[in-house]
Amino acid sequence: MNVRIGKIKLKNPVMAASGTFGYAQEFEKLVNLKGIGAIITKTITLNPRVGNPMPRICETAGGMLNAIGLQNEGVDNFIKEKIPYLSKIGTPIIVSISGNNIDEFFILARRLDKIKLISGLELNISCPNIRGEGWSVKGGGLVAQDSKATYEVVKAVRKITGKTIITKLSPNVTDIIEIAKASENAGSDAVSLVNTFLGMAIDIDTRRSKLGNITGGLSGPCIKPIALRMVYEVSKNIDVPVIGVGGIMNADDAIEFMLAGAVAVQVGTANFIEPGVCGKIAKGIENYLKKHKIDKIQDLGLT
Amino acid sequence: MALDAPYIARIALPGQFVQIKCSDSLEPFLRRPFSIHRVNGNIEILYETVGRGTEILSNKREGDEVDILGPLGNGFTLPRTPAFERRTANPGRRATKAEPRAIIIAGGIGVAPLVYLAEELAKKYIKTIVLIGAKTKDLILCEKDFKKAAPEVYVSTDDGTYGSQGFVSKLFHKILKTAESRFNTVVYVCGPHGMLRCIAEICEERNFECQVSLEEKMACGIGACLGCVVKTKTGNKLACKDGPVFDSSKLLW
Repeated sequence: MNVRIGKIKLKNPVMAASGTFGYAQEFEKLVNLKGIGAIITKTITLNPRVGNPMPRICETAGGMLNAIGLQNEGVDNFIKEKIPYLSKIGTPIIVSISGNNIDEFFILARRLDKIKLISGLELNISCPNIRGEGWSVKGGGLVAQDSKATYEVVKAVRKITGKTIITKLSPNVTDIIEIAKASENAGSDAVSLVNTFLGMAIDIDTRRSKLGNITGGLSGPCIKPIALRMVYEVSKNIDVPVIGVGGIMNADDAIEFMLAGAVAVQVGTANFIEPGVCGKIAKGIENYLKKHKIDKIQDLGLT
Repeated sequence: MALDAPYIARIALPGQFVQIKCSDSLEPFLRRPFSIHRVNGNIEILYETVGRGTEILSNKREGDEVDILGPLGNGFTLPRTPAFERRTANPGRRATKAEPRAIIIAGGIGVAPLVYLAEELAKKYIKTIVLIGAKTKDLILCEKDFKKAAPEVYVSTDDGTYGSQGFVSKLFHKILKTAESRFNTVVYVCGPHGMLRCIAEICEERNFECQVSLEEKMACGIGACLGCVVKTKTGNKLACKDGPVFDSSKLLW
């Protein structure tokens, strides 16, 4: 069940996705945190962010929209308040970071590079809820919507850290392969895809959006087929590992992603419904391998 | 609805809640939060059928299983009773000055977490007054349950079909005029947002401690998704983890 992402050795391929697992402590009483392959913490930024106005979440058919807006206490607070607990877990910790410009990514990576506990960084260049903030990508878009901006951000972080870099890609693009290649060329050790799809829901009685931020990111099983197709296409076109994410609710879903070419998976929204789902999925994958007499998880692929 | 959940029943505090997966399918997708209404070996929830989740729950039959996560959140803080009172345990005795008094104010379905609270207050022999408000007579809930736990229960309806006419805040004013004022009053309130705000303002004028139970839509219920943010004087708090009960003087209304 061991997989390798960059320099990180995971005892199973199931990771808890950023933004759905807090800083792990929220789950300590409910979950065996050691049963998870790796934990990716809620995105942090250089300075604290209060996030978006309420309402921030909204249920949809087979999924949910969120527009949290990267609420977090900033990197100083993270190092002081969150690292001590994370150090006790014993599961690889990957820290998700985001910035308003290249300098912020660089400074964040430099600060986190010094912390031994942190196994890797996931670059969140694809949060759909902070569009147009500060960043100079054409049209106020996301970094992950521009291959040149993606390349520059990854390159800047690569310069300052030897830790494993995972770039989290957005599905809200015309050609995700192009962006994946840009991050690979800039030195990313892996790519994770996909972040949420930009979406919307309207309350027909009040005739207003159901989200304070008007639009939000769609996640859950409703996005799985599109995420799966993207993982399939990207993994055929790049050499670094692809981490599949998007609507995984159970082991079957996770196995689909791995068959499509993912080396590992991230489980996100499902954590909200079943806090122990990551460990359960890892167990399910193990059972599947046994049942089909597959010795190494790396042998998992399409026939 | 009664749920056989002995572990939750053993440790649940008034004001805490549970997250229930209403069906095994993807519809509805998220769990639904419900206040713990009463605890007697099992737990009870009280809900109004308002959407898909509660509709599915209302069609459950005795013996069906549901997936429950809880108890979650921070509940009400009960007033500290003087030690002598706990020893003598005499509810009929005349109150002394610094003694605590609880006023429970429930609006509509907001009664849900307050019955368990009233029962716990009764166990501590804390003098409790209950005010129940609703739109109309048929929507007055749990009057009997409250009467079992508290000697004084007053009712108001917006349309005057039962009890006194008007909002429960009007009734609150009235009660405060007549009720004795030699107590340290703690007000516990749950109901629609406008009502909570109104009660909180009255409490502020009178310098009463006021604990409000807030209702917010939430996804995880354990502080991970940051979907149920409540604005307070000390920044964003989470209804699920820091609440659902808050000191009203700390909230930004």
